[in-house]
Amino acid sequence: MSENKKSAWLRFLEFVDAPKRRNVSIPVLAVLLSLIAMCIFLLLLGKDPLLAMSSFLKGCGFLPKGSYAGGKGMITDLMSFLDVLAPMLLASLGVVVAMKAGLFNIGIAGQMLASGYIATVVIGYSGLGAAAAKPLVILTGIVVGGLMGALVGFLKYRFNIHEVVSTIMINYIVSYVTGFCINTYYADMISRSSKVCSSASRLTITGVPFMGYSLDLPMGIVIALLMVFVVKYMLEKTVLGFEIRCVGANNLCSRYIGINVGRNVVTAMAFSGVLAGLAGVTYYLGYYNTIIPKDLASMGYDSIAVALLGNNSPIGTIFASILITIFQKGNVYMSSQVEVPREIASVITGILLLFSACGAFIWDYVRRRREHLEESYAESLVRTARDPSDSEPPPDVPAEGKGAAK
Amino acid sequence: MIDSVFIDGISFALPLFIMAVGGIYSEKSGVTNLALEGLQGFGAFIGALVATVLSQSLLPSDSPYLMYITLLAAMVGGGVYAMLHALLCIKCKANQVISGVVINILAVALTTFLTSIANTALFDNASNKFMLAVSPRFDVPLLSQIPVIGALFKSMYPFEIIIIVLALIAWYVMYRTGYGYHLRACGENPHALDAAGGDVNRVRFIAVVVSGALSGLGGMCFAYSISTQFSPSIYMGYGYLAIAAMIFGNWNITNTLATCLLFGFAKSGSYKLCQVLGMPSNYSDLLLVLPYVLTLLLLVFFSKHNHPPKAAGEPFDKSKR
Repeated sequence: MSENKKSAWLRFLEFVDAPKRRNVSIPVLAVLLSLIAMCIFLLLLGKDPLLAMSSFLKGCGFLPKGSYAGGKGMITDLMSFLDVLAPMLLASLGVVVAMKAGLFNIGIAGQMLASGYIATVVIGYSGLGAAAAKPLVILTGIVVGGLMGALVGFLKYRFNIHEVVSTIMINYIVSYVTGFCINTYYADMISRSSKVCSSASRLTITGVPFMGYSLDLPMGIVIALLMVFVVKYMLEKTVLGFEIRCVGANNLCSRYIGINVGRNVVTAMAFSGVLAGLAGVTYYLGYYNTIIPKDLASMGYDSIAVALLGNNSPIGTIFASILITIFQKGNVYMSSQVEVPREIASVITGILLLFSACGAFIWDYVRRRREHLEESYAESLVRTARDPSDSEPPPDVPAEGKGAAK
Repeated sequence: MIDSVFIDGISFALPLFIMAVGGIYSEKSGVTNLALEGLQGFGAFIGALVATVLSQSLLPSDSPYLMYITLLAAMVGGGVYAMLHALLCIKCKANQVISGVVINILAVALTTFLTSIANTALFDNASNKFMLAVSPRFDVPLLSQIPVIGALFKSMYPFEIIIIVLALIAWYVMYRTGYGYHLRACGENPHALDAAGGDVNRVRFIAVVVSGALSGLGGMCFAYSISTQFSPSIYMGYGYLAIAAMIFGNWNITNTLATCLLFGFAKSGSYKLCQVLGMPSNYSDLLLVLPYVLTLLLLVFFSKHNHPPKAAGEPFDKSKR
């Protein structure tokens, strides 16, 4: 009778493939697979994978470290983690919005740099009070990022320039031009990066005393979480969001039903730019307070990874950005503990991406396996119902079994 | 003075061109290839690794064969790494743009990581660079004596000849052979090829591997000509520039060569201009923007006439005919 029981494998596949769970379970499966791959990789290098993983968490303030310097503790690490999580989350939301319109914004890094640079120069060096400077910094991020994004959208719909090419070009132009301006006018002679922006304009409030700790409170994370819900609402509940998704799903069909494709391309790209701009100001005037010339933030590319891992949904990006940021932020502490070069964090991100890029394939594989197993399970039920005493299967079953076993 | 503009321009344009040819192969077969950047870096990594290991043990570091072996290794490395892109795009039917970005991110991470691991293991020195031998240079006899344009044939790198030969072969294969015909059909109408009995996925797989090999060669040449070392600075974005050249060249090998030469001379010319005008060195950054601004402007005028391969970006699905 044991063959009438569903095998554990089938139950697992059914669990993974349940329609309401599929959007979550496939990315989770991809993450698990890549973590396993990572552990094998670390074992091959002769390191302890468990120690490495826990060190990543310790470096981000999720687990207590062995010892702390004065005024520091788990909570300082956690705040610092949230501080860098904010731009990551915002940048990934930018990718999501563009992706919903079928556009691929790989210019996030350039848009971040442009808005961070202009906010630093115009407001960071102005000596305004905190009450005026902080909102103005945010506003600058929105305006500059939005304009940069809109330019890309305009080039796309008016001149048919593929957004991938134009954003790459703009990335380099921004990087060289801001690098030139910083080196020529705003360079700090010692650190060779730009002069530090005023703490009044910075979106991270530094050195707040709290229960004996000295905390850096990130305002960016509040903006980022707020934007998650703004984006979610915009995409799911407004006409604009519907039109953007329509354009992304089928360009020709949208034109046919009377949606202005060009306008939506520009709007989606501008909105994506706004989010990238916000990421820029929270990164360069929050987590950092200076800009290294000619250095595009690798976050611009990592955010594409996060959006992909988060299944292109605003809520999903929260979890995905936490996961990726743990590796990016925790790598310093991890490499000091396990003696693996810190670039391993990027390798993990890469492997994670590799598996999530195969999401559709995993999905397909799971579905086919499940259908196949369910069929043979149903067959076994039929067989026992037909004749429980006779163990010999009907003549057509073995042939089918062979065919399916291939 | 004009000589150095020509010499530097050519030595920049040709590696860029061979990468763009790789891109053309992949995209003409219907697989969008944003991965050129990662492929060239990974190819250069394998080449530099082989060069370092060989010069440590087997060959003297000034052996003339070393460079050719290195270039070959870079091509093999790029080709093998490109199989990952092919696997993702063809077998796993992943989004090709995303797959390209993933390949790039993974290449940067893996090569940086493996370089420091290899340096520690081989030399007990945790550096993130492989030093390479300086490439020899030569003048083409007779041709280099021609006034003005003779500079095009002066102090050439040996790899420039290899690139020219490979590009000619690539052109011949693409436009004059059965495989090239199949490849172009794959990018325009894969179902027609399928109906005619061709194997779409096989053609595409080979095309992507070829593009990886050519990109790897280009990356290795950049490693020799720009810095004579392999380091993470190899990811300067020249792979993306090659993609821009390819698009601007309308996926046509001859036009792409013209575009690459334009990029090369714009770059070397702006450097030279900077020196002649006696500007401080940081002004050269401003002039380095020139090729990118030029690309954008030219695209504004010419993009309307572009014909990308129709089926590029779509995984082949037999049932969709």
